[in-house]
Amino acid sequence: MADISIPKPTTGLLTTDALAGPRSRARKEGAVKWILFSAALVSIAISVLIVLSLINEARVFILEVDWANTWGQQGWFPRQGLYDMPTLLVSSLIVTVVAMFVAGPLGLGAAVYLSEYASRRTRSLLKPILEILAGVPSVVLGFFALFFISPQVIERIGRNGWLVVGAIMIIVYVGMVFRWARQAMVAEPGTTLRTQLIRILTLTTLVALGLILIWWINDVAGSSDPASADFFTVKRSGQLAAAAVGVGILTIPLVASVSEDALAAVPEELRAASAGLGARKMTTTVQVVLPAAVSGIVAAFIIGISRALGETMVVFMAGGAADAARFTASPFDGGLTMTAGMASLATGTDNVVGEGLTFQSLYFVGLVLFIITLALNVMAGRYVSRVREKY
Amino acid sequence: MAMATIGNSGAAERRVEDEIFRRGRDLRGSGFRTMLFAALAISILFLVVLLIQVFVDGWPVLDERFGDFWSGTLRSRSSDDKLGISQGMIGSFWIAVFVAVIAFPLGIAAAIYLEEYAPDNIVTKTIDIAIRNLAGVPSVVYGLLGLFLFVQTRELKDSTLYAGGITLAILVLPIVVITAAEAIRAVPSSLRQGAYGVGATKWDVIRTQILPFAAPGVLTGTLLALSRAVGEAAPLILVGAITGRLAPRDGSFLSLEQFSDRFTAMPIVIVGWVQESGRDAGFSAAAGAAIVVLLAFVISMNSVAVVLRNYFEKKRG
Repeated sequence: MADISIPKPTTGLLTTDALAGPRSRARKEGAVKWILFSAALVSIAISVLIVLSLINEARVFILEVDWANTWGQQGWFPRQGLYDMPTLLVSSLIVTVVAMFVAGPLGLGAAVYLSEYASRRTRSLLKPILEILAGVPSVVLGFFALFFISPQVIERIGRNGWLVVGAIMIIVYVGMVFRWARQAMVAEPGTTLRTQLIRILTLTTLVALGLILIWWINDVAGSSDPASADFFTVKRSGQLAAAAVGVGILTIPLVASVSEDALAAVPEELRAASAGLGARKMTTTVQVVLPAAVSGIVAAFIIGISRALGETMVVFMAGGAADAARFTASPFDGGLTMTAGMASLATGTDNVVGEGLTFQSLYFVGLVLFIITLALNVMAGRYVSRVREKY
Repeated sequence: MAMATIGNSGAAERRVEDEIFRRGRDLRGSGFRTMLFAALAISILFLVVLLIQVFVDGWPVLDERFGDFWSGTLRSRSSDDKLGISQGMIGSFWIAVFVAVIAFPLGIAAAIYLEEYAPDNIVTKTIDIAIRNLAGVPSVVYGLLGLFLFVQTRELKDSTLYAGGITLAILVLPIVVITAAEAIRAVPSSLRQGAYGVGATKWDVIRTQILPFAAPGVLTGTLLALSRAVGEAAPLILVGAITGRLAPRDGSFLSLEQFSDRFTAMPIVIVGWVQESGRDAGFSAAAGAAIVVLLAFVISMNSVAVVLRNYFEKKRG
């Protein structure tokens, strides 16, 4: 603080010049401000560079590629000039959906427990463990997915997993139909025969669609011809489902922490008012707290989806495909997501230097991924700021 | 409908009475609570099973030949006595140095600007949006950026340690900025006003009041960023870190010449060995052992960060 000089109480008036202190001090202040400002500008520069680098190479791909080779081909074989986008997109979709089936309920459940039910002590004990899970590198989960989830979980349940899913769907369906029928019979307030019939019909349609989808994925969409699959790709152990569960585990802490923030933002008065009206804890949680936090929870799910889409190493290591992948719509086959496709392009025997547009295809896939995740993140940001405005 | 309600009124009365006096136990409520707890427990169980699995796989290697494993290099056979992680450790060490030298000062400076100086105008808003969106960009895309910036020749032979280091520094920059900005925002304004009151300039206030007060929070962010960078593999794969064999190099841990050499890092070593394990099953044990070493670093850094933050949060109420 050597440069702080106190203005001397000179004779006469105290001028603003005297108060301003020595000029060197002002100059230093200005310099510091500019240095800090330029540091802040770096983030804009990086954003611009990312967009430029993506567009620069992707443009070449877009202009020069034979578009017939990017849609409806047998699979993603960049070294043979076949850049089938649906192969990567569908695999990405499968991984993201399965991952969110793991991360969504577990993350949200954990968040609700920590925020609404856990005592202070339990919370301070368990929350750090979740935070450590958040810090586990993705290569570690790739290893875990390949050597544990794939052989111990997925291959044991295997395709019978669909039977389990189907059975659960039917049990839930029967239960709901019974409940609604009973409500119609005792004429609970707010239900008429008509509303109940509409509910039952809607559910029946949904369940039927679900079962058809399961049948289709199981029997039609999976690559049923293993010989041709071997011809095209180096089959590795692991499959999309195992990788997806790994990605889901990685996404749990993120979903949990964002939804917990949303739950914490719900004012205590709402809970107190609900309890004062005689509601039980569960009623308060389900009917007051969760609806009040809904936009934050939606944001948590969107951020989770974006994270799962962008996850690379788990799918690359445990996804069951090496340099190339046949088109598949079954989680029990090996496949490449957009991210894993990029990583395997970069590690292939001849690295990125391949035939024709291999290098540019890397940037094209990157651009597609960037646009999708950016859109998701912007959407999530909207929801988060909605919570902030509300409370 | 009215008739039905009256017809049921005896049962309804009893139900209300039961609910008031809790004679029927709240089965649904406790079921709900159990489900929520199960969600948390399963999430934690995943972590436990993962740790056990990795330890079981990796322990034989660490137990039998820890010294050799530490000083060994990448080899083509898993039975090789000289198989080890020294190159990965060196690479990861230098990546951490790059992150500390580039991302920490830049990130903290940007956070100070945003919290203390930035006027409420369009430039500030753009910076803010840029940082938030950068934090959500998938890590592979940063790899593409690194590839574009540093490996122009399109022959990955030119990929070097500094390319990987700078790429990862860029990757964690938003994390540093966001956590540091949060820590600075938490500084009570009475501290600022007190310092201004005795004639300090803005920079004096920041240097002597705000930074010391925000230091634990800033430190937490830097530790998280560091552990993220050390564990990250995807961008390095894109800029061309070596997954396979790497010629053993003379020279020590700290020699500066390796900046312009090909390199590898711990996560890349692990990926390489996992891939090799299809051909030579012994590599999966080596990968497990390397993961134990990596996790020891990452988890301890994370734990310190979490403990530090909780301690200071409690202290300041």
